[in-house]
Amino acid sequence: MTIDNSTESIHTVEAEAKKRGFGAWLSSIFENKYIGLVALGIALLMPFLIATPYALNIMTTAAIFVVLAAGLNIVVGYCGLLDLGYIAFLAVGAYTAGIISKAFQLPVLFTLPAVVIMCILAGLIIGAPTLRLRSDYLAIVTLGFGEITRITANNLTITGGPSGIFGIPGFLVIGDIDFQNPVIFYYLTVIIVAGLVLAAARLGRSRLGRAWKFVKEDEDAAEAMGIHTYKVKLLAYIFGAVWGGFGGMLFASHLTAISPMSFVFLQSALVLMAVVLGGMGNMKGVVLGALAISLLPEFLRDFSSYRYLLFGILLVVVMVFRPQGFWPPKGAEAERTKAQRELAAMANGLKK
Amino acid sequence: MDQATQVIWDGLFVGSFYALIALGYSMVYGIIKLLNFAHGDIYMVGAFIGYAILTSLGGSFQSLGLFALIVVMMVSMLLTGTIGVIVEKLAYQPLRGAPRLAVLITAVGASFALEYGVAAIASPNPRGFPVRLDGDFVLVLGARVTLPQIILMLIAGVLMFALDLYIRRTSTGRAMRSISLDMKGSLLMGVNVNKVISRTFFIGSALAGAAGVMAGAYYGKIDFLMGFIIGLKAFTAAVIGGIGNIRGAMLGGLVLGLVESIGSQLVGGQWRDAFAFAVLILFLTLRPTGILGERVTERV
Repeated sequence: MTIDNSTESIHTVEAEAKKRGFGAWLSSIFENKYIGLVALGIALLMPFLIATPYALNIMTTAAIFVVLAAGLNIVVGYCGLLDLGYIAFLAVGAYTAGIISKAFQLPVLFTLPAVVIMCILAGLIIGAPTLRLRSDYLAIVTLGFGEITRITANNLTITGGPSGIFGIPGFLVIGDIDFQNPVIFYYLTVIIVAGLVLAAARLGRSRLGRAWKFVKEDEDAAEAMGIHTYKVKLLAYIFGAVWGGFGGMLFASHLTAISPMSFVFLQSALVLMAVVLGGMGNMKGVVLGALAISLLPEFLRDFSSYRYLLFGILLVVVMVFRPQGFWPPKGAEAERTKAQRELAAMANGLKK
Repeated sequence: MDQATQVIWDGLFVGSFYALIALGYSMVYGIIKLLNFAHGDIYMVGAFIGYAILTSLGGSFQSLGLFALIVVMMVSMLLTGTIGVIVEKLAYQPLRGAPRLAVLITAVGASFALEYGVAAIASPNPRGFPVRLDGDFVLVLGARVTLPQIILMLIAGVLMFALDLYIRRTSTGRAMRSISLDMKGSLLMGVNVNKVISRTFFIGSALAGAAGVMAGAYYGKIDFLMGFIIGLKAFTAAVIGGIGNIRGAMLGGLVLGLVESIGSQLVGGQWRDAFAFAVLILFLTLRPTGILGERVTERV
């Protein structure tokens, strides 16, 4: 009986795929449940194809960028809170790891508890006073916090001022194996990143994740249904912060040097772009978006001066024509056509 | 005492720049509840347009000094106003009625496009502004006050006064106020809503463009990211005064200038920006309606 059902569903999928052509074929591939494993496999095989130090460097950086996008996806994609200073959490993680490991000459891995605690604190400090604000105020406050974090790192002596911290000890050394070796570090990063992406995706399907999506769709209705919206939003913030902190820890041990210049608004905007273009709320899409944002510039070296201009225009175009991103989460509200939007605007008295 | 008056004067001077830019933020927010991130970049575009005109017209024009500057400022205001309208038509108008998150992200995209568009056209390196306004100072109550400072503040004051008159006395101004109260109602009463919104963008952007030219001439250096921090600060000023409130934005600009100037005197200049944003966060959490704003209950 069950077997019959499944074959039938396969047939309908195929029939629909034929009906809607290439796009549906593509999405049926992407919706396959093994796609994550395939992607991980490709990531693990990459060093066999290309193992120049330059390529490994790029790929490790891209993997770290994926963690950031996954973390921001919790905040923006799941919970609908626009955070324009997300890079501040990367900074908190990187500086915590860098300062502690350098001061005590510890491998960076051992700073993990401190990094997590500092990021939870940072999430609380930024989130607690601001999450009661309206969404657009929240956006600008997070922007302000991001700048304050950078300015603070630039001015304090413990963070090394404008020149930052350099000579951070390696990630870990066990016997003869130094994890700082580019290939080993790449594998380490990919595995940690895969774990974090998976965890974030599972989180999105948990009870808390459903609460986040409810808050995103309609905060007042969520509140009326008994969801403690403030607490739920704060949790989204804290999870986002911890993911950022992990990214920061990897970032610090990958580069072994950090400076305030790495944490400017541009970086926050790039992470946001990865989340938005990939499809807010859909972890697979976000991973793809992050890879695109971090790897495309390597292929588009000739257009480097127009790169960010293009990104900016792309953001506007995506929001106008495809507000759910290129690859929206399954079951997302169907995008509104322009006419529907105008109708809704009229109904709301154009207030929203 | 001398130092105190100097700090206050500097604060008021910088504050009048903030006020000019804050007006555009506040007008747009008051009417369509849109946080226009690209506004600070319009200020930057204004400075670059001024630079382009002054360099292309050459030395004899530049030697006219203040007169040349005012002419350039007018042209630059027209152009930035037009750019503001174009941004509104392309990026914001199609999204009217869309969720807030989408509109905010669009605004970030527009800001990005303007910044890096200018960087691609004019090269990312900072430029020296061809006309510098500096001159002898006179001592007023112990503060060093230069003539250009007075002239720039006068221009800012005249522009703000004209705007205040425009909004209170003309029919367009009345339409703007009615749209901010009830957009649907205004539509039904025969107000051409889209046209009035475009005009709002034009005026706000023109004021920002004027501020851009003035800042270029006063500080002498322009670059494509100059609008980012000042946009954030102008938003702070608009919030301090009560966002959506025109006179509040002017007041907020002056207050922010003063607070910043006094604050950086107390804790050191390198903390200046952090101090301003801390004020923003304090205001938003403690009194989000600002000094002059009325308490509004959000309707569901």
